[in-house]
Amino acid sequence: MQVSKLADLYGREGLSPGHSACQGCGATIAVRQVLLAAEPPYIVVSPTGCLEVISTPYPFTAWRVPWVHVAFENAAAVASGIEAALKVLERKGVGRRHKVIVIAGDGGTFDIGLQALSGAFERGHNILYVCYDNEAYMNTGIQRSAATPPGSITTTTPAGKRERKKDIVSILVGHGSPYVATASPHLWKDLTNKVRKAQSIEGPTFLHIIAPCPRGWYFEPHLTIKLAKLAVETRIFPIYEVENGRYRINYLITRPRPVEDYLRVQNRFAYLLKPENAALLEEFKRWVEERWSQLLKMAGAFPA
Amino acid sequence: MYSLSSYRLMTGNEAAAFAVKQADVDFISAYPITPQTIIVERLSEYVSSGELDAEFVPVESEHSALSACIGASLAGARVFTSTSSQGLALMHEILYIASGMRCPIVMAVANRALSAPLNIHGDHSDIMGSRDAGWVLVFCENPQEVYDYTIQAFRLAEHPDILLPVAVNLDGFTVSHSSEPVSILEDGVVRSYLPRRERPRLDFEEPASFGVFALPTHYFEFKVEQEKALRRAGEVLEEVSAAYPNRAGRLVKLSKFNEDGRIAIICLGGTAGTVRHVLKHYDMKDFSLISLKLFSPFPAEGLLDALNEAEGVVVMDRATSPGAPLPPLASNVAASLYEAGARLPLMSVVYGLGGREPTLKMIVEMLEKARERMIRGGPGVSRMYLGYGGG
Amino acid sequence: MSRRPELLIPIVFEAGNTAKRNVASWRSNRPLIERGLCTNCLICWIYCPEPAIYLDDAGNVQIDYDHCKGCGICAEECPRKAIRMVVENV
Repeated sequence: MQVSKLADLYGREGLSPGHSACQGCGATIAVRQVLLAAEPPYIVVSPTGCLEVISTPYPFTAWRVPWVHVAFENAAAVASGIEAALKVLERKGVGRRHKVIVIAGDGGTFDIGLQALSGAFERGHNILYVCYDNEAYMNTGIQRSAATPPGSITTTTPAGKRERKKDIVSILVGHGSPYVATASPHLWKDLTNKVRKAQSIEGPTFLHIIAPCPRGWYFEPHLTIKLAKLAVETRIFPIYEVENGRYRINYLITRPRPVEDYLRVQNRFAYLLKPENAALLEEFKRWVEERWSQLLKMAGAFPA
Repeated sequence: MYSLSSYRLMTGNEAAAFAVKQADVDFISAYPITPQTIIVERLSEYVSSGELDAEFVPVESEHSALSACIGASLAGARVFTSTSSQGLALMHEILYIASGMRCPIVMAVANRALSAPLNIHGDHSDIMGSRDAGWVLVFCENPQEVYDYTIQAFRLAEHPDILLPVAVNLDGFTVSHSSEPVSILEDGVVRSYLPRRERPRLDFEEPASFGVFALPTHYFEFKVEQEKALRRAGEVLEEVSAAYPNRAGRLVKLSKFNEDGRIAIICLGGTAGTVRHVLKHYDMKDFSLISLKLFSPFPAEGLLDALNEAEGVVVMDRATSPGAPLPPLASNVAASLYEAGARLPLMSVVYGLGGREPTLKMIVEMLEKARERMIRGGPGVSRMYLGYGGG
Repeated sequence: MSRRPELLIPIVFEAGNTAKRNVASWRSNRPLIERGLCTNCLICWIYCPEPAIYLDDAGNVQIDYDHCKGCGICAEECPRKAIRMVVENV
């Protein structure tokens, strides 16, 4: 069922308050929206990371839904096991199928969890894998990941990251996933409907959500949603979906805002705006433009 | 009365797979590695032909195999996996999590040497490297024991007072690839020996959080409780094995041969068969053999009973503990003796690394050396590498 | 259905019990709703990281001050500027 208004989502909370997320945490906003949309019955799997640590300090849990954490690099493998096991238990009349939803950070998805993720998608398990992307290892104190954008300062890239961000969506499209999409929590209707859509499709589906992190990106916590919006409106984080290999841009940004509007409000990019680093800023812009034009080509070549 | 349906010629690997099929396992996940591969090949065939109604998930690594097993176990399934050597080493992180999350997974380990240098042949380095992971560790001497112990492992693992994973160890090649006639139970008999038991599981109607983290306020208690459960497995094993329909196949903590021998040879796995043969056919009356079937929890009490009249012990380890005073089995035996205040002469023998199988001649040489050292030497610890240096 | 063993196992059976924790001490600024401006549109709720916003029995948006950490997203995003942040009295 389509989500058309917020009242459609109210009362479906999967996460309780009282967890230990930082003020203004973008990840928990994203996760709340995913769970508000998800259709029961489902089971959530999380790898080690911010989300796991802020939600389950024994004897407490913020999860109002069945949830499991095993380790950092294996969420997709754990999900594979649950999904396959429930299939046979239902067949034998001693259990029932649930949709298995992985909710993982960028470290557990782009880096250490990539092998397990690849295996699960190649085998075609019926799971929804959601990556909340805060673009670094925030739980251990802001270290660079493959999802960290170029130019960003982290504690392991004190002079700014030189490499571009890994294109996780293309990797999963390359696995033949029937549905891969990006989303932003400021576009709650788009995000929640993508969760519904991804959940309704049989097979491994993937949702890549931008999750601004006030602590790790060095911005004021009240700006989290603004940051997500700016990332989209500057074309830094395009909102699109790939259904059976067909690309569709959901928010066609015809008049992009200057990337500086996004960079300026976060201290992780502070040095990028200094006159002596103009070349690095140009490289950042080239990265954004190349990705956008590539996306336009894909959407044009494979119209939905 | 147990129902003995027939004998089948099976290797250790085939016996493991056959037992798993009869145990009506729901979920198997594994990755190929020599010498356990045949176990999962057979299981794939059983699943594919419909003889076993289970999901077989052929994952991309052993790390994912055990991770998937944890997921399946927490979903309520009866779960099996198997591995060897590097595969077990790759699982290492997850071994501790399987026991810490109290998942009753049964895993066959066809024991094999660890790299480097790479070597596919048998020794116990793999499982001894994981001995503190909190699993029940069972060792098999032959395919018959592999079959019987695998079935009993499920009942022990799933016992509501235990809820711990069990590793069933079989020597790479010597047991995993050797055929012998195996006495098997009827399917129905195994089914009724292994009823399904409820345990906490992932379900939307009863939402619980599994794998939460514990601060210093709780972590210590969890780990001590887990250790207590592992110790309890020694007691529960008696109940589990007493109920096993084939009396001859009951999983005992240890078996003894030549009760009256003054010097006890203690070993794990297939080597016991070789030693028994030597004692029997070479007229070695002054030696007894203790074949340990349970390594963890270590059956110290049973071992001390068995050593009651002994004047010396020879402990055979098919693994080393570089830098440690003694290799793993000798270390456990020495600690057990110390606890009992017994200061027996102990000869620690390291043998068989990387598949250098102990021959009859080697065993005889070991026994002669033991006799010489213990009878003439007096108390203390002595060491030898059996078959080292040109074999 | 599933049996809860007597064993001490690291599982939390009481779902969502962090709601019992009070995290109000994290807050240095407190959101206040101007009733006359609020239309109960729930935008503040969908963007709250906790959630510390709920509808009362009359259907009015309320702040859960036991769980609000004072991030100020609600005030920033309110389309009618019906929420303002005031410094907490300490």
